[in-house]
Amino acid sequence: MLEIRNLVVKIADEDKQILNGLSLTVNDGEVAAIMGPNGSGKSTLSYVIAGKEDYEVLDGEILLDGQNVLEMEADARAAAGIFLAFQYPLEIPGVATMTFLKAAMNAQRRARGEAELLTPDFIKAVNGAADRLGIAKDMLRRPLNVGFSGGEKKRMEILQMALLQPSMCILDETDSGLDIDALRIVADGVNALRDPKRGFLVITHYQRLLDHIVPDTVHVMSKGRIVKSGGKELALELEKNGYAGYADAA
Amino acid sequence: MAAVQETIDQVKSIDVTEYKYGFVTDIEMEKPAKGLTEDTVRYISARKNEPAWMLEWRLDAFRRWKTMKEPDWARVNYPPIDYQDIYYYAAPKGAAPQSLDEIDPAILETYKKLGIPLREQEILAGVAPENRVAVDAVFDSVSVVTTFKKELAQAGVIFCSISDAIQERPELVKKYLATVVPVTDNYFATLNCAVFTDGSFVYIPKGVRCPMELSTYFRINEQNTGQFERTLIIAEEGSYVSYLEGCTAPKRDENQLHAAVVELIALDDAEIKYSTVQNWYPGDAEGKGGIYNFVTKRGDCRGRNSKISWTQVETGSAITWKYPSCILRGDGSRGEFYSIAVSNGAQQVDSGTKMIHLGKNTTSKIIAKGIAAGKSDSTYRGMVSAHRKATGARNFTNCDSLLIGDQCGAHTIPYIEAKTATAIFEHEATTSKIGEDQLFYCQQRGLSEEEAVALIVNGFVKEVLQQLPMEFAVEAQKLITISLEGSVG
Repeated sequence: MLEIRNLVVKIADEDKQILNGLSLTVNDGEVAAIMGPNGSGKSTLSYVIAGKEDYEVLDGEILLDGQNVLEMEADARAAAGIFLAFQYPLEIPGVATMTFLKAAMNAQRRARGEAELLTPDFIKAVNGAADRLGIAKDMLRRPLNVGFSGGEKKRMEILQMALLQPSMCILDETDSGLDIDALRIVADGVNALRDPKRGFLVITHYQRLLDHIVPDTVHVMSKGRIVKSGGKELALELEKNGYAGYADAA
Repeated sequence: MAAVQETIDQVKSIDVTEYKYGFVTDIEMEKPAKGLTEDTVRYISARKNEPAWMLEWRLDAFRRWKTMKEPDWARVNYPPIDYQDIYYYAAPKGAAPQSLDEIDPAILETYKKLGIPLREQEILAGVAPENRVAVDAVFDSVSVVTTFKKELAQAGVIFCSISDAIQERPELVKKYLATVVPVTDNYFATLNCAVFTDGSFVYIPKGVRCPMELSTYFRINEQNTGQFERTLIIAEEGSYVSYLEGCTAPKRDENQLHAAVVELIALDDAEIKYSTVQNWYPGDAEGKGGIYNFVTKRGDCRGRNSKISWTQVETGSAITWKYPSCILRGDGSRGEFYSIAVSNGAQQVDSGTKMIHLGKNTTSKIIAKGIAAGKSDSTYRGMVSAHRKATGARNFTNCDSLLIGDQCGAHTIPYIEAKTATAIFEHEATTSKIGEDQLFYCQQRGLSEEEAVALIVNGFVKEVLQQLPMEFAVEAQKLITISLEGSVG
């Protein structure tokens, strides 16, 4: 369970405050969607949860299963179960995707005091997950994300999510840059991971992703705060009326 | 992955955050006055009891050097060097040691600290014969000891200091010295001819496969002293040798000049594999101090189907100016150049190679990997040329640059000249960058920052490290990781 209480955040080297007392809870097994206009602080929220260093937390707390993650480095948060699917996945030159996946999985296992994966088990896990996402084997031998199309990069994010088995998945604008077929593959991949023990925070600007990943709760974000929460029907209402009505609510 | 973890563990275990070899050995040295005149040249020659022909050769080089100008075409910046403010010779006081027991214990201790045991019994302990390495240890201007000479002599291999070779095998020295790098090749090479002090000499007779790895370990210790080493390796018909050099120096605030010349000669069907792990003191993060590494290295594939391969891992020096090259004279000969150049802090590197195709069906391969971090600047400069008679010449070049952070620079300057239409030259180059966003991405997947950098860097240099002898590959990988420590975040 992810609990965010009264989170106040600014950009580290500037006076610009982005999150202004944001509170939000995502229960185990829940798919929560955050929608909001550009500049409302959605991506910042995802980065702050994951532990990016460019931000300064002025107030509030973030708890994962009761544990304060703000004290932890980004890699420790990952090992604790936080996974962020990036809006723009980074290219890692010179490191074969397979090598990267194994390094990441074993680093998390070591951090949790678990034994490293045996190579046959690892290969079996990767091949199975890659097949389900329609990822060709030769892509796994190429450097991670280098020269991949937008759709391939997003699929690779979901592949990593499937292999790392996080307890809290954050998807930052995962639908951006995807055509309808790619969107369906990615959404199917996410839906296959829905689990009573796993929470999802789906950040999106558009309703269309939520046709494929149907949320339990929808939160509207504006000016760094949650201004309205409701069920999935709230997303449809937003699609119809736009964000205009919420701009002043903060 | 195992190798990556190994690197990380090793780095952690030695707990080094900065230059590890920066200590100074306190020892009484014998030096002439600072500066360079004919008298300095005569002094050096006399100290080495050189024959008259050698002195004449040096003086001739010195006179020519005085008419030359320091080159300024490299992409490096440094204040003018005052050649009169340098010591050109520095040797531990006393008579030359005849055996290990006569060597100053402080020197033995120095090499021990550097991880280079000089006592054969220490080397022998627990090392299988095929893994033995014979070492020539050069301390400032003199070779202090060469190990395993006797075992090598049994195979007919000569491995000694160049000073000893001039005394004992003058006919070989006269026949080959300066036949690859001519006396007036360039400013620094000519200077070296005049004042070279020591270095290694290797001669592998016809048909002999050298029974062990040979290596030279260069140490600059004295203040304000230049090191001018001279190495000559001759591989007779059908022979093979693998040679490795390593270099370190104390941390000092002033810059020190290292101007070496290395010549390799491979006759018919012979092969020379020359590896360098260069770790001279690089200066501090602001660019104070460090070695100026101005080196001329060239191999001559003089015989048919001969092969010379250069592998270098360059992590040290404030400024590197170095282009190990191959003259592919013999028909069917082959040249290879594998390089990793790592720069951090304020280091400047201008390095690369020349592959000069003269014979028919000659082939060459260049794999150059530059890693720049901090505020450093790294340039690959390479030339591939084919003479009009070099029909069927082939070259493949691959130059990759990796930038860490956003204050460093990488540049690639290839020159290609083909005077025969039958030559096939290929050139590939890439530049990539590790930024904070990439590191955050890796951390988000569970890797620590150090693990992420090691993973990316190891992936980048793998192809070149594989060319090094096994035990040095591990050492080099460790060195690269240390050199890049603290380069991000």
